[in-house]
Amino acid sequence: MLPLSFLLLVAVWHAAIVGSPGSLIPLPLDVVRGVGELLEQGLLVRYVVASLFRVTWGYLAGVFLAIPMGIVIGLSPRLDAALNPIIQILRPISPLAWIPIAILWFGVGDLSAIFLIFLASFFPMVVTSAQAVQQIDPVFLHAGRNFGLTKRRLIHRIVVPAVLPRILVGLRITLGVAWLVVVAAEMIAVSSGLGFLIVDARNAGDRYDLVIAGMVMIGLIGLGLDMAMRRLEQLPSTRWGFAR
Amino acid sequence: MSVPSGQVKVAIRGVTRQFPTDEAAIEVLQDIDLEIREGELVCILGPSGCGKSTLLNIVAGFLEPTRGSVTIDGEPVVGPDRRRIFVFQERGVFPWLTVTGNVAFGLDGLGAAERSERVRHYIDLVGLRGFERAYPHELSGGMKQRLEVARAFAVSPDVLYLDEPFGALDSITRLTMRRELLRLWRAERKTILFVTHDIEESVQIADRVVVLTARPGRVRRIVEIDIAHPRDLSDPRYIELRDAIFAEIGLAHQI
Repeated sequence: MLPLSFLLLVAVWHAAIVGSPGSLIPLPLDVVRGVGELLEQGLLVRYVVASLFRVTWGYLAGVFLAIPMGIVIGLSPRLDAALNPIIQILRPISPLAWIPIAILWFGVGDLSAIFLIFLASFFPMVVTSAQAVQQIDPVFLHAGRNFGLTKRRLIHRIVVPAVLPRILVGLRITLGVAWLVVVAAEMIAVSSGLGFLIVDARNAGDRYDLVIAGMVMIGLIGLGLDMAMRRLEQLPSTRWGFAR
Repeated sequence: MSVPSGQVKVAIRGVTRQFPTDEAAIEVLQDIDLEIREGELVCILGPSGCGKSTLLNIVAGFLEPTRGSVTIDGEPVVGPDRRRIFVFQERGVFPWLTVTGNVAFGLDGLGAAERSERVRHYIDLVGLRGFERAYPHELSGGMKQRLEVARAFAVSPDVLYLDEPFGALDSITRLTMRRELLRLWRAERKTILFVTHDIEESVQIADRVVVLTARPGRVRRIVEIDIAHPRDLSDPRYIELRDAIFAEIGLAHQI
């Protein structure tokens, strides 16, 4: 079904463009040629690497800070009460709204984009981790204490494995958000990457074949990232969290 | 034979427990006095909401009594303790660990050889051989319950607390599990506190049945089950004791 619906989409696209002469939207085949042209110039690999580089560092910094912090907040009702209002106010602000401040702090360049990815990854993961801890079945914590675990061992042997399935889902969804944001950030703050490609192709003479080539690459890489993250959810020690 | 004459293991004195609500405090348990001897299997029986689980949680150190005290071997209970393991309804096994990982959970202090020996012993004892690498979500309800019992026995506790452990199982599995529990209990002579709302279950397994009243829970009567194991369920004495408890709770046993 998947290849069939895909072929159908391409066919409808082709037919629609052929049926409306003068349209700026390119034919599917033009887009394929556009991808080929980018590959030839070495731009495609360079831009993909640039985008992935920013996502990787911003995302890793965000989640490595957010998960421990979320777990600590989840374990402590007092910390939760103190920090939750702040997080809830900052969280709905789109990372893109931070662009002016990012440029003010970090200038135009990679660091600004990485900072925006960091914000996009940090807030959802703090909230996900804290909620995951708060939703642990108290029976597990009781059983852990019954076997004489100290607070530290309890976190290591009960809390972390108990929240892992939810954290993995959070990591996957957050990576998707980070990917959305990097492309948007590149339209403003930097001069490389897939987001830059799209803006640049339009500005440099309405090359809509390259615009759509960039969009297709963004979609394919996003799908690849999501599939890679789903594989993590196959870990045997977390499958209980996904079993129906 | 069925009533051990050991010394007092668990002493519950004047235990009262209230839960605060918006209006007034609700009294769940009232002045419970009870002594459990070493190696004894005592069932705490009562209708739902009578506070029997609350009582077990207090004895196990998960909850504090509003008044009164619990001592074990003469020492006051101040919190949960690895010498006394609580068996929850099957939900208590750790789903992120295999059967082996669960049974080995409390055995950190042991050397590797002794640990794996003990794990194997208890996996065998509860009939889970061949499932060592299975995860709990791959097991049936009865197997999960046996796994939790094995995990509890593996740390050699003196006392086991079982909170309606077989309540969620089908009736055939429930009968098998009772027999298994009695077999383990005879083999290792733990002191067992067993909470149930099932009259038949209590008369089948207990040395003594402590009948609680509806809320607030008070000790209504303590029935000694003076029938040797294995118990014949058509024995007139069994029927007599069972019917006495039915009558005590105010239920005729015809439907």
